[in-house]
Amino acid sequence: MNIRVVGTAFLAAASVAFAAPALAQSKAKGNPVKIAYIDPLSGPFANVGEAGLHHFRAMADEINSKGGLNGRPVEVVGFDNKVSPQEALNQLKRVIDGGIQYITQGNGSSVAGALIEAVNRHNERNPGKEILYLNYAAVDPAFTNEKCSFWHFRFDANSDMKMESLTTWMAQNKSIKKVYLINQDYSFGHAVKKAAREMLARKRPDIEIVGDDLHPLGKVTDFSPYVAKMKQAGADTVITGNWGQDMALLIKAAKDGGFGGSFYTYYGGGLGALSTIGESGVGNLKQITEWHENVPTKIEKWTQDFEKKYKVDFYYLRVRTMMSMLAEAAKKAKSVEPKAVAYALEGMRFQTETGEVEMRKQDHQLIQPLYLSTVQRVAAKGGPKDVKYDVENTGLGFRTDAKLDAFTSAGFTSCNMKRP
Amino acid sequence: MEFFLVQLLNGISYGLLLFMLSSGLTIVFSLMGVLNFAHASFYMLGAYFAYQVSRTIGFWPALVVAPLLVGLIGMAVERFALRRAHRYGHVAELLFTFGLAYLIEEAVHLVWGRVAVDYKVPAELEGPLFSILGTPYPAYRAFMMFIAVGMLVSMWLALTRTRIGLVIQAALSHPETVEALGHNVPRVFMLVFGGGAALAGLAGVIGGNAFVTDPGMAAAVGPIVFVIVVVGGMGSLAGAFYASLLIGLIQTFAVSLDWGLFGYKISQIAPVLPYLVMVAMLIVRPRGLMGTRDG
Repeated sequence: MNIRVVGTAFLAAASVAFAAPALAQSKAKGNPVKIAYIDPLSGPFANVGEAGLHHFRAMADEINSKGGLNGRPVEVVGFDNKVSPQEALNQLKRVIDGGIQYITQGNGSSVAGALIEAVNRHNERNPGKEILYLNYAAVDPAFTNEKCSFWHFRFDANSDMKMESLTTWMAQNKSIKKVYLINQDYSFGHAVKKAAREMLARKRPDIEIVGDDLHPLGKVTDFSPYVAKMKQAGADTVITGNWGQDMALLIKAAKDGGFGGSFYTYYGGGLGALSTIGESGVGNLKQITEWHENVPTKIEKWTQDFEKKYKVDFYYLRVRTMMSMLAEAAKKAKSVEPKAVAYALEGMRFQTETGEVEMRKQDHQLIQPLYLSTVQRVAAKGGPKDVKYDVENTGLGFRTDAKLDAFTSAGFTSCNMKRP
Repeated sequence: MEFFLVQLLNGISYGLLLFMLSSGLTIVFSLMGVLNFAHASFYMLGAYFAYQVSRTIGFWPALVVAPLLVGLIGMAVERFALRRAHRYGHVAELLFTFGLAYLIEEAVHLVWGRVAVDYKVPAELEGPLFSILGTPYPAYRAFMMFIAVGMLVSMWLALTRTRIGLVIQAALSHPETVEALGHNVPRVFMLVFGGGAALAGLAGVIGGNAFVTDPGMAAAVGPIVFVIVVVGGMGSLAGAFYASLLIGLIQTFAVSLDWGLFGYKISQIAPVLPYLVMVAMLIVRPRGLMGTRDG
């Protein structure tokens, strides 16, 4: 045995030794299946976009450690759309040129609407090179009703579904008598306002709508005039679809202005909200979501590891659901071709951490249980025992008021889908 | 009546915060002719510095330390960068301050992250100060008004009653003569730019915890500050004061108006009314409320 052979053997042994942990980490091999993440990665909403990207990266790692998509690794690539529909379409062009066939987006229904149309057009003209659009957060009901598309799947409950659950809960609460609506003046805010009016009239005709305000998106610094108006109107409950700064500043102003009513929100636990709101939210700030950290699940340790690694809270359970269902659909279709995967995804039932969910075949809307929860101090700071985890190290976390089963929010769809 | 009084106080206190924000901008403009696009960024820096300082030694020291730090940064910016850009004319200056705003925002991202920080109102100033016919009025809002009025008075005294104030006023209209008299005009400019930044910083200390301290805060107030300077009259301190109160009151009371035209309620467009006022002012009276020069 000469030296060279020994050397080679040693190298081979070493490479096996070093390769072993890598193998354990990622069982998937070969050409990666890329998913383009088209969301804001710069500008005022960059924090939200970046946090979302971390969720996707973490889920890609998780799926790859279990064998990827039919053995091929998943790779998530970020594309910055600056929350602009125009910019999103430019990025989509880059995605298409790069041969990527899966896209995901969530921030802004205006962006989502533009993407759906562009994807439809592209797929019609380029059979065999289809693109599949997985929507994790854009909630305009139109996307799974009149504008529904075979190439679009939504994993978040749409705004009507959230309102359906919210009002079902409110209907049982007899102390609610005067409701005030305040929303951002764009398509989503209008959808929330309309749904709230219709559903309250149906479920609790005795509730009086004492105010209905729309304000420009992200332009209000001082909400105290609105709070004075709420008090003047004698409101005991406020419904709002506000998000981001518009959410946080509203609650803060309400506390300062001595408004004692409760807030039923979509995004009260959204990124940065509780950091700004602080203690003012305790007991009166409620949110409707598919999950929050104090829902006991088997992924408790996994979410804590996520937070240690990426320094943001694990917020989007639906990203986990979406990526897991994608892997499942690829397995079922025995393919990673978007068309085959889309057919496999339609009608799929899947067991998530919170119960069974279904990707409804008629409109590609995920039907899932929702949680109504209220801000409380964490147990460590004297709050209820089941509030174990806080949001953004604020010492405040969410506590479940009610779990609303999937059928509560399902509703009907007007979608008339054309299939290829 | 209760509603009216509460809204009146809300409008005045918001207007006074706007004045704190815009006074520095208007002084710098009147003296140096620099329209400082990074002014709102100094406001943001003030809030972040105050957050950092108040975590270690408390809010009250932060009230002094944070504006001073921002003022020092402002002076450094003038001394080492703006003065050079000045040689290439106003466009270069404008572009420089524009770029500076981006740089400051990115720096804030790097140091404090992209999410809002937990900058709180001090415990002494939490809760209501008094009640107006049953509606509690927050102590912190009253404090905001107090600081703003105090700032206005001391600034007015400094500009009209002190030697440096007289030199500044003289340098405003006749810089060559002032220089010929042996005063160091570039140094005056540096002090004024730093002072303007410090005033914005002070507004940040007060506004950051009243509202929100996040990397988007500069962009949120940037446009409205320019509205005030234009409506009040470029370079006029008194004009900025009246314009701030006017804008604060317009915005507040417009929110309460539920009647409207063409299916749009006044309350719906309240936050954009100031821009309407600005456009109208530029058409009817381009020099603004109290301005001395056109355009």
